[in-house]
Amino acid sequence: MTDISENVDTVEITVNGKAIAAKKGEMVIAATDRAGEHIPRFCYHPRMAPVGMCRQCLVEIDTGRGPMLQPSCMVPVAPGMVVDTESETTKRAQEGILELLLANHPLDCPVCDKGGECPLQDQAFSHGPGESRYVEEKRHYEKPIDISPLVKLDRERCILCDRCTRFADEVAGDALIHFVERGNATQVMTYPDEPFSSHFSGNTVQICPVGALTATPYRFKARPWDLEQVDSTCTSCSVGCRISVHSSRDRVLRFQGVDDDDVNWGWLCDRGRFNFESVHADVRVGDPLIRTAPDRLEPTSWSGAMAITADLISAALASAGAESVAVLGGARGTNEDAWAWASLADAIGVERRDAQLDDGLPAGILGMPRATIRDAASAATVVLVAPDLKEEMPILHLRLRHAAVEGNTRIIEFSPTGSGLTKHAWRSIRTPVGATSATVAATLADPEVAAQLASGPVVIVAGRMNLAESADQVMASVQALTAAVPTATVLPALRRGNVVGALMAGLRPKTDDADARSILAAAAQGEIEVLVLVGADPLADLPDADLAHRGLAGAKRVISLDGHLSASSTEFADVVLPAAVMAEKSGTTTNIEGRVSTVTQKVTVHGTARPDWMVAVELASALGHDLGVSSVDDITARLAGAGAVAGSIWQGSVPPGQPVSVGTSAPNGYDMRLVLSRVLYDGAVSTRSSASIAALIGPGGVSMHPLDMEQLGVVAADEVRLSTDRGSIVLGVCPDERLDRGTVWIPIGQNSEDPRLLVGGGAVTDIRIERV
Amino acid sequence: MARFNDANLTTAHEIIARYPRPKSALIPLLHLAQEQNGYVTDEAMRQIAELVGVTPAEVLGTGSFYEMFRFEPTGRYLINICGTMSCALMGARELLHAAERSLGIHAGGTTPDGLFTLHQAECQAACTEAPCLQVNYRYRFKMTPEGVEQLIDDLRAGKLDDEIPPHGTLARVRQHIPSDRAVGAVDPDDVVGPPAWIPVTVEGAGS
Ligand code: SF4
Ligand code: SF4
Ligand code: FES
Ligand code: FES
Repeated sequence: MTDISENVDTVEITVNGKAIAAKKGEMVIAATDRAGEHIPRFCYHPRMAPVGMCRQCLVEIDTGRGPMLQPSCMVPVAPGMVVDTESETTKRAQEGILELLLANHPLDCPVCDKGGECPLQDQAFSHGPGESRYVEEKRHYEKPIDISPLVKLDRERCILCDRCTRFADEVAGDALIHFVERGNATQVMTYPDEPFSSHFSGNTVQICPVGALTATPYRFKARPWDLEQVDSTCTSCSVGCRISVHSSRDRVLRFQGVDDDDVNWGWLCDRGRFNFESVHADVRVGDPLIRTAPDRLEPTSWSGAMAITADLISAALASAGAESVAVLGGARGTNEDAWAWASLADAIGVERRDAQLDDGLPAGILGMPRATIRDAASAATVVLVAPDLKEEMPILHLRLRHAAVEGNTRIIEFSPTGSGLTKHAWRSIRTPVGATSATVAATLADPEVAAQLASGPVVIVAGRMNLAESADQVMASVQALTAAVPTATVLPALRRGNVVGALMAGLRPKTDDADARSILAAAAQGEIEVLVLVGADPLADLPDADLAHRGLAGAKRVISLDGHLSASSTEFADVVLPAAVMAEKSGTTTNIEGRVSTVTQKVTVHGTARPDWMVAVELASALGHDLGVSSVDDITARLAGAGAVAGSIWQGSVPPGQPVSVGTSAPNGYDMRLVLSRVLYDGAVSTRSSASIAALIGPGGVSMHPLDMEQLGVVAADEVRLSTDRGSIVLGVCPDERLDRGTVWIPIGQNSEDPRLLVGGGAVTDIRIERV
Repeated sequence: MARFNDANLTTAHEIIARYPRPKSALIPLLHLAQEQNGYVTDEAMRQIAELVGVTPAEVLGTGSFYEMFRFEPTGRYLINICGTMSCALMGARELLHAAERSLGIHAGGTTPDGLFTLHQAECQAACTEAPCLQVNYRYRFKMTPEGVEQLIDDLRAGKLDDEIPPHGTLARVRQHIPSDRAVGAVDPDDVVGPPAWIPVTVEGAGS
């Protein structure tokens, strides 16, 4: 992967008679690109190391020894260099290469997804000879073969440019595809029975310069010339990758990555790329629903539903005060949505609100000195006190991987399980559950670590590494780190789409006991009259599943503003208001850095769905408050006044949390400690309602150290019973040597019994394991 | 057995230790695997991937580039009959037919008893001795159809066991480098002086 933003000295070269200022060290093709002189190419990609594989970029270059044909993607600029991209010799060479590349190409453009946006097609027109002298039979291969559930490979179309294979190795670090055989038989291939199941496989489809790689979710859905597109931002996680939303006939058909130098460098993860399918999923809510019987939700009108909602809230305010109303959620919406709901809560005096579902960190993390992704990727040291970024924030993982592999960044990782970055870490330290902060303190005392931390800028990436352990351990660790390195900055690894924007816009607990846990605990006690869920599904997301259940059951009334019919809505909502989802609404979103970027509506909303902000504004007016805004642009302007300007970092003013002190939890009578965390494909609604990636949700299971398995007398795939004082489940077991003995890891949201049933919200979760 | 046997696993670790980076041992380990099983099995490639820290796809990609690695069951004797120009003019086709007849297989096939694999090969750089062939890369020059039949009979009868070891064998005596003569695994970046095996220059000699 290549960082193209480095600022370097310039070198003067001449291109087609014009003097051009090139950056020292860059390749001729990069310089001519910036100068607007186009050289045809297939293998060159500005974000990957050049290989000179296709030879299409041959131009005449004169470095003082007379003009010579050279591949412009492999020749660095030099002072006084003279380049001719239009000479007769250049033209003949480029025509010759195209004729060769087409010698074996099937030219099945009419049935090829790439037709219409194909570099081979386009450059055959612009730089090809027009006719071929080859009459021989072309090479034949079985038409597309699945190299993964998401990607198909048509080897006949492949021009062997090495883009996909380089991407897999160099960028993703998953070299699961490779050239095999040689000469005329060379082909891209996986190892037998080992599919290209990279979290980043979709990028190869986007960068393949021909239709050799196609994405199963998009195949034969549209022709490029039928597609309309707008730029937007992925909100599947909070990295905030820039995307282009493509639609045809009012349906979203694909997302493509857009190169943003600060964030995603053009890449997307497969979850972000392919969950567009959820926009048109069957489980979308199209009309307001009200509960008419315990197991029955019936459609009603917006006016009816809003009147009921307003009545419920005003009755609650009148009878039991603002304490009895709570708002949970907001992290799936835009900044505007969050602002409107926070303003509504302010207007009616509701303090109980939280955009997180007890699965992140206290909002105070946003009050610490903040780092950008670029800061992290150029720091001398990155300290990870975070979940596996490859699973939760995949593109941040790519950026940090690049920093560690190709830059000078050293990673110090604290993790109970290890992660995708472990093999690139300078130090990877297993933190025993319940002793994270003690382990961090002990590591800081290591003189080598201290010297490393003193050697240059330090960025701490902080997130909830274990959902079965209290967030205090992470907060205390971060505080210990910032105390040891006062200049360190923090990049919060909070996962859900716009969680940072929602917290900053005001959907954060006003007091310590107003967070999601406290709200649901209060609800379970019968203290909450009206619980409003703004795109939140505690039943599916709260680590303590039992509390979620008791809270929702205990709340007198539950109002759910929901894009997809969630478990919480289906089971507990009295009123369900249909919400617009991403690609159906415009506004801004905020990523982990605090970077504000735009999201853009591309398709008409499903049914009568409305954006969250609109519901808040109307509800406010029904309750007798004027929020003073009547369009999303009004809110965007208000937010801009508060520093949330698209394209820049929103500093905001979240107070840093109180110092946290934690002890080390002594084990109880149970013998194992639980780590719960997320994997890329989990039960999240956008994943579950996108058929292509929903199929990739794993079977689930519990991982433990092979020696612990031996002691228990079980082998891989045996079933074991896990129990805590909360509950008991049965899971298949698999060995994992990365774990410490005594620690077990279970991914949540998989197709297994729900491990959240084991969690009670204590400092740690001790469990007992028996064979069944 | 498809994965390395215990002795070869020890050898594999020895080979890996010779290089500053484990990945450099990839091709020597492919040879070792081919020596053990007569060809490179899928399981062996997986094991090599684990041993040197790459993906199995990278092992296959690297290995399949080289003609002399075989990825399918291969006979104890691999007979490559040259079919390129000089040999073709001097009767290579007859050699191939003779071999096909006496083995009962077509070029590309392996006999059911697993003794012979027959191939038509490209120029073997012995054009002056055309037509020629190789058995496990041991030459037979200026061959005749009768000579091919005789060769096959002799191989079958085990008469050539001394000269021609089974396919995949690199050497019958494995070289062991005593540690005092070994350069050791030095990372190229760490090399300062000349390599240990270059004789020390006599001081004061020449200028
Ligand atoms: S599949 Fe596409 S990207 Fe990969 S080598 Fe072939 S042409 Fe290039
Ligand atoms: S890393 Fe996050 S923001 Fe980027 S594409 Fe994936 S889900 Fe979307
Ligand atoms: S673009 Fe330069 S060789 Fe392919
Ligand atoms: S043609 Fe047969 S060895 Fe050269």
